[in-house]
Amino acid sequence: MARNSELDVAYVARLARLNLTETETELFQRQLGDVLKYVEKLRELNVNNVQAAAHGIPIFNVLREDEPRDWFTAEEALRNAPRQRDGLFIVTKVVE
Amino acid sequence: MTAKDLPALSVADLQSLLRQREVSPREVIDALQARIETVDREINAYLSLDFEAAAKEAEKANVDLPLGGVPIAVKDIISVAGQPCTCASKILRSYRAPYDATVICRLRAAGAIPFGKTNLDEFAMGSSTENSGTKLTRNPWELSRVPGGSSGGSAAAVAADTAFGALGTDTGGSIRQPAALSGIVGLKPTYGRVSRFGLVAFASSLDQIGPLTKTVRDAALLMNAIAGHDPQDSTCLNEPVADYAAALGHDLRGTRLGLPKEYMVEGTDPQVKTAIDAAVKHLNALGAEIIDISLPHTEYATAVYYILATAEASANLARFDGVRYGYRADNPKDLLDHYGRTREEGFGPEVKRRIILGTYVLSSGYYDAYYLRAQKVRELIRQDFSRAFERVDALISPTSPVPAFKFGERTADPLQMYLTDIFTCPANLAGVCGISVPCGFAEIDGKRLPIGVQLLGKALDETRILQIAHAFEQTSQWHKERAPIAATLQTALVRRSFSEGG
Repeated sequence: MARNSELDVAYVARLARLNLTETETELFQRQLGDVLKYVEKLRELNVNNVQAAAHGIPIFNVLREDEPRDWFTAEEALRNAPRQRDGLFIVTKVVE
Repeated sequence: MTAKDLPALSVADLQSLLRQREVSPREVIDALQARIETVDREINAYLSLDFEAAAKEAEKANVDLPLGGVPIAVKDIISVAGQPCTCASKILRSYRAPYDATVICRLRAAGAIPFGKTNLDEFAMGSSTENSGTKLTRNPWELSRVPGGSSGGSAAAVAADTAFGALGTDTGGSIRQPAALSGIVGLKPTYGRVSRFGLVAFASSLDQIGPLTKTVRDAALLMNAIAGHDPQDSTCLNEPVADYAAALGHDLRGTRLGLPKEYMVEGTDPQVKTAIDAAVKHLNALGAEIIDISLPHTEYATAVYYILATAEASANLARFDGVRYGYRADNPKDLLDHYGRTREEGFGPEVKRRIILGTYVLSSGYYDAYYLRAQKVRELIRQDFSRAFERVDALISPTSPVPAFKFGERTADPLQMYLTDIFTCPANLAGVCGISVPCGFAEIDGKRLPIGVQLLGKALDETRILQIAHAFEQTSQWHKERAPIAATLQTALVRRSFSEGG
């Protein structure tokens, strides 16, 4: 398992699209360093022949018929939008 | 009993008064509103209330339905159509749920009335409700202490008699731990027993919705209403649902109760240990056979939990991008600035910390070392439980290693806060069910603080843990004790009603 010194909070924050202040970055670096040091105890275990459990109760491939049904109207879907116009979400400019 | 005393009742007792037409649903709603207006200033359990809608529903309530006319409080992370669903986060401050969660549809179908949303740690991330981005909820037993979390608002409301019963969610102990710290009953159902459609997702492989109530019977009554298959949640199990309330009253002779040796860890408060030892003796005297067992991978559970829960949270919370709903930063200069500042300004510190940790353990180069390894250790923990349940019907342990702690006592060191989940998070990892029931009090600084005992059951064996919890409760007095603030304010309320001639 990776050493906690490999965690670069500023880099990970960019991956997560989450701006942090310098104070937060330093604080998280230290606090999450402690957490990562704590979770290193998982290295003690031999897990070579263990299957990964994604859920406590395994169920797989739950499918339904692909049929149209009544759901939100555009108006309802837009009701919580921070910015909207003409039945559309307004997004921040993506292209130059 | 006067109408003003109604909020002190259990769901079952309220139901019988309603069915005998001794009170009307409208009187119940009015009494609850009066009580909340007097008491909640001190407790801060509620984030929003809608008594206008509740009164309308009360007028047409059918009291002969299973929960007909019974008001139920709802953790503010479960969607109730038209009501706010803030998750105690700035990022959802102005959001209103466009539809009812399946549990709310089911409660309504059973006649219950959702009337208010309760406080929580932001996005259910925490163990004290101190991470709420909105306000601090106080423990009704001692106002300088936390009610536990993350369903702290639901627990405090039930303990303060400002709710008859409530819904919470449990990802690593968030129903059971606040129930223990607030002196009430809390049930985490089996993973998949209750639909999560309409629940704002935190960690999808762990989250479950369940009841927080004054008595074990009330927990069974709420489970009767909310449990069962829902085609809108693909993780919801399509298995028959028992009549949990009808199954109560079963005697304990022949019940095999496992006492895991790993669940009496260092750091457990000696008064908690004493109370649990007494509860074990008590259950033994009721006829349960006590069997020493081992869950050898328990010490790894917290580490596994914080890797998996944060990984899943970082993915689930990616949806908060300031485009379709929620808070959006002003005047972004480009798309990256839009995302980065919206999330910086919208999320609180604990949510940010978990997004960072979760993103890291899933990132390229670290996925195998952290996330995949944690999933494998999760399998070992699951096997621990499977092996234990070959020998016993249920497991018994403390719910929390400590009673309610003071505000600020554990916030400086996130790891210390995380370790309060040590007895509860293994059940979420294994997907099994668990319940916390009051089993005594600790005395700290001259104050009495509630202690809870946890019973864990096999997957889909809610009936069994409810039966054991009920047998314990019915032969003990702990659940009859009320928080001092509940008693005092109730007297004040009655007095006020007399002075007003009411």
